[in-house]
Amino acid sequence: MGILVNEKTRVLVQGITGREGRTRTKLMKDYGTNIVAGVTPGRGGEEVLGVPVFDTVEEAWEEKGPFDASVIFVPAPLVKDAALEALEAGVKLLVLIPDRVPIYDVLEIVEYARQTNAKFVGPNTLGLLAPGKAILGMIGGRAETARQWFRPGFVGVCSRSGGITSAISYYLTQKGLGQSTIIHVGGDPVIGLSLPEVIKLFEEDEQTKLIAMFGEIGTTQEERVAELIEKGEVTKPIVAFIGGKAAKSGTRFSHAGAIIEGLRGSYESKVKRLREAGVHVVDSFMDIPEKAFEISQNLK
Amino acid sequence: MARLYEYQSKELLRSKGIKVPHGRVASSPDEVYQIAKEIAKPVVLKIQVWTTGRATLGGIKFAEKPEEARELSKELFGMEVKNFKVEKILVEEKLDIEREFFAGLVIDDSRKSPLVIFSSVGGSGIEEIAREHPSRISKHYINLLKGFKTYEARNLIRKTGIKGKLLLKLSSFLVKLYELAVEYDARSIEVNPLVLTSDGEIFAADCHLVVDDYAVFRHPELGIEIAREFDRPATELEKIAYQVEEKDYRGTFYFFQMTESPDPEGNYIGFHGAGGGGSMMSMDAVLNKGFRLANYCDTSGNPPASKVYRAAKIILSQPNIIGYFASGSGVASQEQFHSARGFVKAFIEEKLSIPAVIRLGGNYEEKAIEILNTYLKNIPGKVEGYGRDDSPDFCAERLRKLVEEGERVIHKINPIEEFKEPENAYSFETLTGKVFIEHERCGKCKTKGCVEECIYGVLKLDDGKPVLSMDAEEVRKGRCTECLACEIFCQFHEQKAIYIYLPILGLKEYRENLIKGRE
Repeated sequence: MGILVNEKTRVLVQGITGREGRTRTKLMKDYGTNIVAGVTPGRGGEEVLGVPVFDTVEEAWEEKGPFDASVIFVPAPLVKDAALEALEAGVKLLVLIPDRVPIYDVLEIVEYARQTNAKFVGPNTLGLLAPGKAILGMIGGRAETARQWFRPGFVGVCSRSGGITSAISYYLTQKGLGQSTIIHVGGDPVIGLSLPEVIKLFEEDEQTKLIAMFGEIGTTQEERVAELIEKGEVTKPIVAFIGGKAAKSGTRFSHAGAIIEGLRGSYESKVKRLREAGVHVVDSFMDIPEKAFEISQNLK
Repeated sequence: MARLYEYQSKELLRSKGIKVPHGRVASSPDEVYQIAKEIAKPVVLKIQVWTTGRATLGGIKFAEKPEEARELSKELFGMEVKNFKVEKILVEEKLDIEREFFAGLVIDDSRKSPLVIFSSVGGSGIEEIAREHPSRISKHYINLLKGFKTYEARNLIRKTGIKGKLLLKLSSFLVKLYELAVEYDARSIEVNPLVLTSDGEIFAADCHLVVDDYAVFRHPELGIEIAREFDRPATELEKIAYQVEEKDYRGTFYFFQMTESPDPEGNYIGFHGAGGGGSMMSMDAVLNKGFRLANYCDTSGNPPASKVYRAAKIILSQPNIIGYFASGSGVASQEQFHSARGFVKAFIEEKLSIPAVIRLGGNYEEKAIEILNTYLKNIPGKVEGYGRDDSPDFCAERLRKLVEEGERVIHKINPIEEFKEPENAYSFETLTGKVFIEHERCGKCKTKGCVEECIYGVLKLDDGKPVLSMDAEEVRKGRCTECLACEIFCQFHEQKAIYIYLPILGLKEYRENLIKGRE
């Protein structure tokens, strides 16, 4: 099974004719992703790697729809429009690749997605990958390396850092542990599916037996994962590493954040909360595969 | 995050019809005197720095008379607050305070909504009050599509026990504050204290506003120099680096200095990460080996070779470092040979003499490492390239060994020579630079390898000489990705006919000043 995507997922690519859109469409197609259509306003009628291009999502939907997911590669200031266009047409899963999307644009996408009962990953994400099935985004770079680095299996991987998403998965593969789904949730403070939401999806997924998570300082995502476990909503074992121990925290400028977050957000807070909840937090990143392997031995 | 000074934030409040104390900002004691005279009332002097708790630090003073204000300001100018030298002082009328409140807006990552906060008590110690008397604090999540209505503001404030006319005044203020936040893409905004004066008016006595970095482009009027998380004004070198970032949308380049003058005995290295998570991990690894970082740098998101080149040149504009460490996540999706070529061009130009460890794991890492090994073997400093199966700890240990085994070399800043365009060369512009090809030399070229190396097909042969294969305007807009492959091939394998000029605005002068200081 895995979460969110498989080889049948019907995929639209918005911004398909741009530099990134083209390159990543090649990667996704070569890997076996079911790319059905592309959209670039003004470029309707063209083809990219055999994929028909339309001027609007509505038109693409009429000709080639329905779509289960749309991967968006347009420049950051245009992401909001592209996302709303896809949501309005009826797409239920968006992957917003670009970084530097203004936060109020993201908040607006959040509200529209709530209204249309849709989900989105990102912004500022490498996307997600179901080993052997499909890629939404750019994880792996080339289909050939993606096939080498990632293998099907039972570890659900989620991370707030793009490069680390691939790194964890690759080192797990080296250790003989395959992955159910690999997802980079995105590096921004407000994102569509955050770590706790992804982990709940992994909890419901039959293929996933074990979860590997890379967290970072800032935001309350890791603390909320701990809350989910304490409430009994997540029971699968989690191996985690939190980045940013050495990072110097900025001089405080605002009380408002402190009133809301309290002491959450710091490295110490995250590690402590997660450990209390029973998460296996490792001290060195390279210990993740080892720890995951150890836990997997007890699963059988 | 892009922070505004108090005086800037207050100008925005004023434009929204929110009352702020009469006054303005001063840069010298005489100016302080002038403003105090104009105000013709007792004044308050407030240092303009990006931190809370200024009163405790002695950064806020009261004066009855203009002369007193001038004298007091002499102590404030030049004060050092957490790396921050005081250069501006806000001079304002002293308010006749009846009561203080707190109002703010933040973006809550868990609810994914803006959150308005109001407290019926304000002033210093607000965080303690929030902990001890939660009933005085009221919060409201905003649905961005619906906005924030005055009745919602009234309901919010009512819950802290405020009634009547005061309730109306405060709720109208709060709605304006929200509108300002949305208009200026505020990551957070805070008014503390919000003041009720003895004649019944509501004043914003202080204000901190942080603009979303990613939305700074929508607000050129704010004059934000660097849209980055800084707790002090940017250094000269950081400003130079930020220009590079601003002019080139491909990938990201973040540069931050831990110190402007690394101690030659301090074990400082130049640090060059790739990707936030990988950079942090790599930073931990070198710190654990006893190194200190002169800077933090991150080039990621598939940057072109030219950006990595410029980042390396900027890192190497820091004197006294004893090593160079580059390392990212280790399993990058981007094609790693682009970064490798950026390092090659920079290290060759700099005649790098300190050891460097470059970990370029990921897509096409074999080719990336081969590029480093082939082209950097003859420079004075030893350069080692590593890939995804070499951990950051291992690589940091390699750097330690290289530094300790060799004769200890301390990096010296080289001057940048004035660039002279080669005469009679064929040339074309790229997004951030210019390519020169001296066709006279191409006659002796046997391989014509530059055309083959250009995987984007920008070059073709015309009568045995490389020329553009497409419209020059398209090339300038980005079809030439500045991958540097043609130049490196030509420089090492053929006639040294190709040179790519990639200027870095201000770096030449910056280095000249450093060198002058050294002498």
